[in-house]
Amino acid sequence: MNFRSSVEIITEWDIVAARQLGRNEAKKAGFGTVDQARITTAISELARNIYLYAGKGKIEIERVSEGGAFGIKIIASDEGPGIPDLRKVMEDGFSTSGGLGAGMPGVKRLMDEFKVSSEPGVGTIITTKKWLH
Amino acid sequence: MNKIMVEGINKNMDEIIERWITRMKEEKGERFFHFMPDHLVEKTSREFAVLMTSNINESSAANTERISDFTEKVVRFGWAIKFVNKAIDNFSDVVYEFLEEKEIINESNLRTFNLIFRNWINPLRESIIDAYSTEWERTVSLQKIALQELSASLIPVFEKISVMPLVGTIDTERAKLIMENLLEGVVSQRAEVVLLDITGVPVVDTMVAHHIIQAAEAVRLVGAKCMLVGIRPEIAQTIVALGIDLHEFTTKSTLQRGMQAALGMTNRAIVEVEAN
Repeated sequence: MNFRSSVEIITEWDIVAARQLGRNEAKKAGFGTVDQARITTAISELARNIYLYAGKGKIEIERVSEGGAFGIKIIASDEGPGIPDLRKVMEDGFSTSGGLGAGMPGVKRLMDEFKVSSEPGVGTIITTKKWLH
Repeated sequence: MNKIMVEGINKNMDEIIERWITRMKEEKGERFFHFMPDHLVEKTSREFAVLMTSNINESSAANTERISDFTEKVVRFGWAIKFVNKAIDNFSDVVYEFLEEKEIINESNLRTFNLIFRNWINPLRESIIDAYSTEWERTVSLQKIALQELSASLIPVFEKISVMPLVGTIDTERAKLIMENLLEGVVSQRAEVVLLDITGVPVVDTMVAHHIIQAAEAVRLVGAKCMLVGIRPEIAQTIVALGIDLHEFTTKSTLQRGMQAALGMTNRAIVEVEAN
């Protein structure tokens, strides 16, 4: 049941592959179009962060169940430079790449659960979940 | 020694091909030999066999051309490279076994034949795989060009009003192209209002939004207004959740409403006239 599929993020087009996979998994899990768009967009943000800041990494998508609730779990991991100030990246409007700075806080709002662990020089792992309501 | 071998192969070509096809049919995960009409399998197999044997006695230049012809064909048939490799292996095995059966290869000349086989198969495999990957690269780059041609043209609809329909994924390269076409078009078409239609954009994330905001800002600098239309309900919700600020924009749900608003902004309206 806990089948996990993953996409390596190396080029910009892998972002498209990752979110396509996410959309398919979300559809299979029974999410509606709005939640599908939320999940797809969240994956797009996470994958783009990997591409922009770490160069390469991995997006894993898994269907999960916990105490009768079903949902989808996304794990974005890389071995990039890490995030020096976790509090800062969760602020709206903070960006080091001249972007909008809405990516990370946006993902948190798009999904139900959000957890980030990062160590400078080692890498970053972001785990986020969305539940079927 | 080569001559005996070539003669041996050519004389028994039919049987070699037949055995090879039988073997290829046993390979898993490839449907070509099962679903293609027999005459096509026969023809392709014969071509393959000719290709395989040609470099034993032909000049290499003639061979290169033949190899690229053949690979073009198998790429079109959708053979995987693994399968092509397997085909070469099987062919060499079949020929070897056959020559052994006919006692052309025997214990005394085994070493020589091993060498001949190696000199025969290895360069051939290399050039076939090389041609195969070149063919794929060509296909991919052609598709990339085709994709670029799909990108973003600014269409003058009414005087002072132009529309740019955006379709598909927006990556960095396309975003650049969109910006260029948009600005050039606004100036050359003397547009006052530009409608960006994102109905066909599957995902609007912060990067896409960022590019759209930048494009709108640039359009403002050349003296026109930018309007965002075709915002689907689910996209609207994700934009809100991401916290993207589009206050500077006029936004409308459909192109139709956008067009009405644009006409209003240029002091015009579409009116119904009574039929005479």
